[in-house]
Formats: sequence, structure tokens, C-alpha cells
Amino acid sequence: MSDDIESQGWTRAPAGPTAGTGARREPHHFRRLFAMWFVVSLAGDLVWWFVVGPHVPPGTMTTQARGAQFDFNVLFLASWVVVSGVCIYLGYAFYQWRASRGGPDPVGGPAASSNVRVQTIWITTTTLIVIAAFIFGTVQLILPQGAGGGEGPDPIWKPTSDKVLPIQVIAQQWKFTYRYPTFGGMETSTLVIPADTWIAFHVTSIDVIHDFWAYQLGVKADANPDVDDVAYVHTSGQLGSFTVRCDELCGIWHGAMFDYGKVVTKTQFMAWGSRTERANADNTKYLPPFAWTYVPTANTTTGVTADTSGQAPYSRIEKYGATPAKKTVTSPKTTSSTFTTT
Amino acid sequence: MTVDVAEPEAAHAGAVPPPGRAATGRPAWLGQHLGTAVLAGVGGYAFGHYLGNLIASGYVRVVTAAWNDVAIVLGLLFGILGWLAGIGAFNYALAKLAGREPVHADDPPNWTKYFRYSVEHKTVGMQYLIMVLIFFFTAGLLAMGIRTELLSPTTHIYGPGTYIEIVGEHGTMMMMMASSLVVGPLGNWLVPIMIGSRRMAFPRVEASSFWCFSAGYIVILSALALGGFPTGWTGYAPLQNQGSAGMDSYLLGFGIVGAGMILAGFNIFATIVAYRAPGLTWGRLPVFVWGMVTTSFLLTLATPTLVVAIYFGILDRTAFTELYVNAHGGSSYLWENLFWFFGHPEVYIMALPGFGIVAEIIPVFTGKPLFAYRIAAAGMVGVGLLSFFVWQHHLFMSGINPDMRPLFMLTTELISIPTGFVYLVGLGTLYKAKIRFEPPMLFCLAMYFNFLIGGITGVFQSDVPVDVTVHGSFFVLAHFHYTILGGLVFAFFGGVYYWTPKLTGRTLNRKLSIWHFWTMFIFFNLTFFPMFLIGLFDQPRRVFEYASDLTTLNDFASVSAFCLGASFIIFIVNFVWSIWIDPKRAPANPWGSKGLEWQTPTPVPPYNFERIPVVYADPYHYGEADAPPVADLEPANLAFASAASNGHRAAPVVADAD
Repeated sequence: MSDDIESQGWTRAPAGPTAGTGARREPHHFRRLFAMWFVVSLAGDLVWWFVVGPHVPPGTMTTQARGAQFDFNVLFLASWVVVSGVCIYLGYAFYQWRASRGGPDPVGGPAASSNVRVQTIWITTTTLIVIAAFIFGTVQLILPQGAGGGEGPDPIWKPTSDKVLPIQVIAQQWKFTYRYPTFGGMETSTLVIPADTWIAFHVTSIDVIHDFWAYQLGVKADANPDVDDVAYVHTSGQLGSFTVRCDELCGIWHGAMFDYGKVVTKTQFMAWGSRTERANADNTKYLPPFAWTYVPTANTTTGVTADTSGQAPYSRIEKYGATPAKKTVTSPKTTSSTFTTT
Repeated sequence: MTVDVAEPEAAHAGAVPPPGRAATGRPAWLGQHLGTAVLAGVGGYAFGHYLGNLIASGYVRVVTAAWNDVAIVLGLLFGILGWLAGIGAFNYALAKLAGREPVHADDPPNWTKYFRYSVEHKTVGMQYLIMVLIFFFTAGLLAMGIRTELLSPTTHIYGPGTYIEIVGEHGTMMMMMASSLVVGPLGNWLVPIMIGSRRMAFPRVEASSFWCFSAGYIVILSALALGGFPTGWTGYAPLQNQGSAGMDSYLLGFGIVGAGMILAGFNIFATIVAYRAPGLTWGRLPVFVWGMVTTSFLLTLATPTLVVAIYFGILDRTAFTELYVNAHGGSSYLWENLFWFFGHPEVYIMALPGFGIVAEIIPVFTGKPLFAYRIAAAGMVGVGLLSFFVWQHHLFMSGINPDMRPLFMLTTELISIPTGFVYLVGLGTLYKAKIRFEPPMLFCLAMYFNFLIGGITGVFQSDVPVDVTVHGSFFVLAHFHYTILGGLVFAFFGGVYYWTPKLTGRTLNRKLSIWHFWTMFIFFNLTFFPMFLIGLFDQPRRVFEYASDLTTLNDFASVSAFCLGASFIIFIVNFVWSIWIDPKRAPANPWGSKGLEWQTPTPVPPYNFERIPVVYADPYHYGEADAPPVADLEPANLAFASAASNGHRAAPVVADAD
């Protein structure tokens, strides 16, 4: 679409002044270029959309992942139109206007130095493409509630559902652990999430900056110490495992900081949660009370309680008929020191 | 060589310098040169280290640490000061302080000038050229190390600590190198000649920029001896606060290179604004100079932010200010924002010179005028201005205020409009041209292809939903290698092949040049294109272990990278052979360029022009039978000069030695 107009501009303008210079008849460069560009860009776009596109990462495990895949494919289609247009033009120019072909000497002067029409078309077209890309990207960011990116402690694009499952992701050198406030604040080293559910990942760190990248979920959020970085995602019906990697350089074992999570059915999830909560009870009572961030100096023996204002936590009562366990914990978490340095 | 330069010097009454030291016939090894700089640098380090231990012994940041950061920082600081003092960077200021008239020395007419504190812009340019190549090849070898480790997902050549050291060194050195790659050698060498000036505006500022830059090379390499730094080139805090003594080398090294960047930018900007020859209006400025003026603008205004960020980092590590530690009242976002506020203009510091070079070279090899000259200049100015408003796109996933995301998506995508101008200019110039595929032209055309891929993948990353997947992955890595290596470095080599006959008076072997081009172009693409896929298939940057199903792609990239590395051997052989071993005198104007720099004699005499030339036209009037001459190198008198400048305000014409 873009190069259509651009290519038109190329040929129409300088045709006049150069017509008399060449001995042989000047071919219709525009028609040739347009034909080649049309075929190549259309064929490439069709192949991409129908053959490659459905397999583009991050897949379709969540609404956000599907959105990212759609975005990528749309951008690819537009990019291919531009890239193929420029490349075809370059290739054509190299062949058609190479010196070794012995064509007529180029004609300089004002006609070859600028062309208001071509310049206007070019600038208008690129501006329109950019504005379209901006509008498309913004819509695709806002509609899927932040598109799976970390929105910081005060998210502005939130799910309207009142059944959002909060899961805390705690990053430390060089491991992720997960706390489930709805299951008594238990901490696990495996990430299990239910299908077909809104999930709020609360990502934080207890030492340096990490980044929680749940690849197939289309989630990426930096883990900053003392910051609660929230990313929303809605799982589709697709079950299976997904990869979790640290995506921000966090020290020498950064490359080894990865694990795998699992999407299970709601029933399986409930069973797993209750079972793990019981099994972990002895450990959980030694953890600091659940809080959105963990910093040695901020957590007293009474702890910082979770501030759930501004979002609706996943209610087990409503969904599964269970009540969150009330617990009193005294010991601060001993392993969470960040700077035991001075 | 022996042009009489006394006359204009004398015209500047009262400042006639006494005969220089070089004229006294003292042996070259006496006086100040690289040797004294090294000695003073080593002495300075020893002194600083001693001082640090004296004032802060037992005052260690990490309880079990075997080093004292104060001692390391002061050691490096005094080492840098010693290096600068040893080369003679402070002589002028000290002499003035002491009330003596500083001794001015012209360059000795032999190779020893390259190892001295020269204030002649062509000497500084050559010093820069050799230094950026040393930087580039050192960091390139480290890249070979990275690709060797990534041959296997689980079998390791190095420990993870060594791997991160190598990655950090590679990235930091390449960034330091790339920010001076064109401005340093070609900018310093060519700008005064292209604008018809006898010298730079601030020759001592220019010289000190080079010696800061070269000090940075030693300081950043010293990190290898001090345990490396774990943060990569971005130096994120609070990991930075945790790093061992090598982190101090990173901070001091980047700091001193940053200081050099500010100085270099300041000097070139002032030179272009104030020292243009009569008649050289902004509308006649060669586009390469437009690239330099916009780059210098960014160097001068963006780099101070880096220096501030580094100063905070040093305070954190020595005085425990905790400016980057959230729990103690600082913020980990502070470094991210300061760093990227420098870091994104920095990206364009590494793109604009490339745009300038290709736009300068393409008209020569097409035999056509540059298409849409004003658009080319506007594009570079637009990119330069917009580059200050995009930095938070590096932080889309960091948990910054999400309101900012659409805005920074917009500003980032807007940059593609002025970048597109550069394409309009190039493609328009090729239209109905007569393209000669000489080595410089090949590199410039390749830049258009590479930067197209690099630029378009940048649009993917500016789109937040897509960035959720590609941020921090090999996709990003491939993207910026396409823009920096594929864009800037290709353009730089285009410039080197184009201007070497001018810079050295020697002809580079054409066959070897073309071999260098094709091997570099092919293996560059084979190395970095697979990395887009590797990134899309979830391999984060800076990892030493990866998913085993990515082995094939990684091995393919590694083997291509080795071949890419080998392609530079062709360049080195060609360069060394053609310039030193079997030199062949280059024709005065081998490419048939109309540029002012090609109208000067080769080698260009000291102070470039006997008289300030008068410029009549831009140097792109190709394909015109009755094209106006670009400049008059022998203007009869200055009254004529100002008449010829069409009423535009003439730049200062009297060369001012101080």
C-alpha cells in the first residue's frame, strides 16, 4: 500500500526532462517496479499470514499472548510491504542503472536534485504509516489490559473481572519462587496456574533487578527490589507447560535462572493448591507474612500486611467455597537479605 | 609539506608563538609522548591506590571483599590524570597559571607526532583512526569468545563469571568505540577541510578528547584484571553496587570516555558553527558535515547525563550513598532513567554519522546530485532532536508509570519518519543514475539494506505488545547489531575506503577491498539474521546456557560470526599492505568527487589552506555541464569573498592560533 504511492512518485516526476537524452526509448520503470513489488509483497504476505503466522511466538496460551502474536503478524505484513518495496527498487536500480551497462549519463540540475511531489508523497505516506502503527499499538496495548507487560505498582489497565487470582513472583539471585496469598501465603518453587482465569502476577525482587518472562503466557515484568510490578494475563483453555526465564541480566548465573510452569484446569489447580498449602504449612509459618514487597528493613516481626486495595483478589469463597487461612507469623524471612554488605 | 604558515599567524598580532620544541632539534624520545603518559599513568595509579588505602582502609563495602573500592577508584582516577599529565594535556593551563607564555610546538614532520599531544586536527584524526580500530578489533575478539561459548547449550568453555566478563567487556568497548567511530577519525580529520577552515575551533579540547578516549581503552580493559563486571554495558544498579572491583573500571572507563565524547562534540559543533569558510552557508554544507553537527549536538548534550549517572554510581560504591538502592531511599529506576536518557541519544550518535557518510558518498558514485538535500539535513536534525524523547522505550517492561507507554511508543515510531528521509535521499539519488560499484559505494549500499532490517525490527520493539515478547531477547540483540554494525560500521568502512586515498595518499587494493566487502556483508547477515529467530524462540540476552533445541541456530550464528571475524583480516592485510608494505600513490581525486576536501593537495599541508577558500556551491553538482565550481581556493581578496557569499554572513576568516 505504501510503496504503491511512493513508486508512482518515483517515475512520474523526472520523466519529462530526461525524455530526450537517451537514444533508446525509456521503459516504464514504474510499471515494472509496481508489478514486481505487487507480486512479491502480496505473495509474501499471504504465505506469512496463512503458513507462518499461526506459529509465531508467543502462541495462544493467553489472550495477551494471542494479542502479541496478532500484533507481530500485522506488523510483519506491513513491514514486508515496505522491505520488499525498497529491496525491489534497490535491485532494479542496481541492474537497470549500473554504469557497466553503459546507459546515458545522468542529467543533473534542479530536476534531479529535488522533486516536491515525490518528497510530499513520501513524507505523507511514512507519517500515515507511523500514525497507524501508533493507534494500532495503543489499542492493542489497552484492550488486553496492558498486554501482559509489567504495569508497576499502580496499574491503569486492569481486568474488570472480580475473580483475579493474585500470584506473587519473587525473584532472587538466581531463582524464582511464587507465593499464593489465596492459599495461606504459601511459597512454592513451581508455578502452577489455572486455565481460563484472570491472573495478576505481582513481580518483585529481593536483591537486584530481574525480569519475569513467562514466554508462552506473553508476560514480561521487571522484578525490582521494593517494587510490586503487576502484570495481568487471562489464560485461555489451553493446558500444558510454559517457560519462565529471567530476562534482565542479574549476575553470573543469569543464564541458569529459568524454570517451567504449568497451566492446569481449575479443578486440578484447586486440588494442587490445597494439597500444597497443607504440605507446606510447616515451612509457611516461618516465612515473613505475605506482603507485596520484601525488604529486610521494612518487614518487622509483625510484618507488612498485604494491601489489596484497588484490585479484587481471587476469592476462593466465591469460586471454590473455601476460606483463606488466618495465620500469625512471627519470624522474619531469613534468606531475604539484599545488602548484607556494610 | 612545507607550506609557509607564518603569514596568517603573524597577522594575529601579539600572539606569535615562539619556535616550538620540535624545532629545537631535541631527540624525539625526550619530551612528552606516549611513554611518559604510560609511566605517569602507572605512577598515578600507584599513588591513588596508596591514598585510597590510607584514607579508607578497612572501610569495605562487602564484608568479605579483598579489595577497597576507594583505593581502586582513586587509583584509576589518578592513573587517568597521570596519563593526561604525562602526555602533556595540562601543560598549556599550567604554564598560564604560572604566568609563563605556553610553548607552542607544531607537529614534528615524522611519525613521532602520532605518539604526542598533537593539536593538529589531521594528526588527531589519524590517532583516532588507529585507536578505534584497536578498540574494534579487541572487542571483536571478545565477540568471538562469546560465540565460542554459545556453540553448545550446556558444555562450557568458561565459567559463568568469565562469560559475563567477556559479554560486558565486548558490549562496553563496542559502545565506547562506536560513539567515536566516525566523529573521532573522519570527523576530526575531514570537518575543518570540508568547511574550509585552517583548524578546529578548540584544538586543545580536541586533543584532550582523544587522550581521554585512549585512556578509556586501558581503564576498561583493566576490569579484566580486577574481576570483571557482571552488568553488561548497561551497568544496571543495584547489580552494579554488588559488582566486584572490575565495576569501578567500568564506571571510570565509561566516565573518561564520556568526558572525551563531550569534549569532542563540543569542539566539532563549535567548529562547524563558527569556522565555516565564507560562502559556506548551511544550505551548502556537505551532508557529512550535517551528520557531524547533529552528532556533536547529541554528544555534547546527552553524555553529561551518563557522567552524572556514573558519578552517582561511584558515590554508591565508595561513600555508600545508596542512590540506586530502593530499600535505603534510592531508586533502581534512577540509573535506568539516567542511563537511557543518555543511552538513546547515544544510539543515534551511532547512526547519524553513518547517514552522513552514505549521503556524502552515493552522489559521487551515481554521477547525480544528491536528491532532496534539504530533506537529508532535516532528517538528521529531526532524528537528533527526537532522540531525546524516546528513552523510556527501553523501560516498557520495567514497571514505570504505564501511562507513559503510548507516548513513548509514539515518539519512537515518529523517529522512523526522519530516518525514512535518509532512505528517500538515497533511493532518489539512485534513480536513473550511473552506478559505479566501487568498494566505498558497495559498503554504502549495504548500509541501506542492513539498516532497513535493523530499523524495521525497531518498529516491532516500539510496539508494546510485541515488545513483551522480544524485549531483552536476542531479537533486540540482532536489531541493534543490524543498526550499529550493519549501519554505522558498514558506513564507516565505506568512508575509510573512500577517504583513505586522501588521508594517507595511498591506494587500497581494489580486489582485496571487494573481497572484504562481500565476506563482511554475507557473514554479517548470516550471523545476525538467525538471532532474530533465536530471540523469538525465547533466548534472553547475555545467557551462557540456552534451550538445546536452539543449538543449530546458535551454531550457525557462531560459525558465521567466526567467518565475519575473519573478513576483517582481509581488511587488516589490505590496509597494512597498501599503506606500509607496498604503498602505491593514490591519484589526487580517485573517485571524481566534487568535495572540497579533494581539491586540497595530498598530503594536506598543516593548516590545510594557504588562504581561506570561498565557497560557491554545494559539492553535489554532478551531471551538470555548466556546474559552478564548489570553491575558490585562491580568493584574490576578502572583499571578493564576501561578495561571492551572496550576502550570507561570512564565517570568521582569520585563523586564530589560540
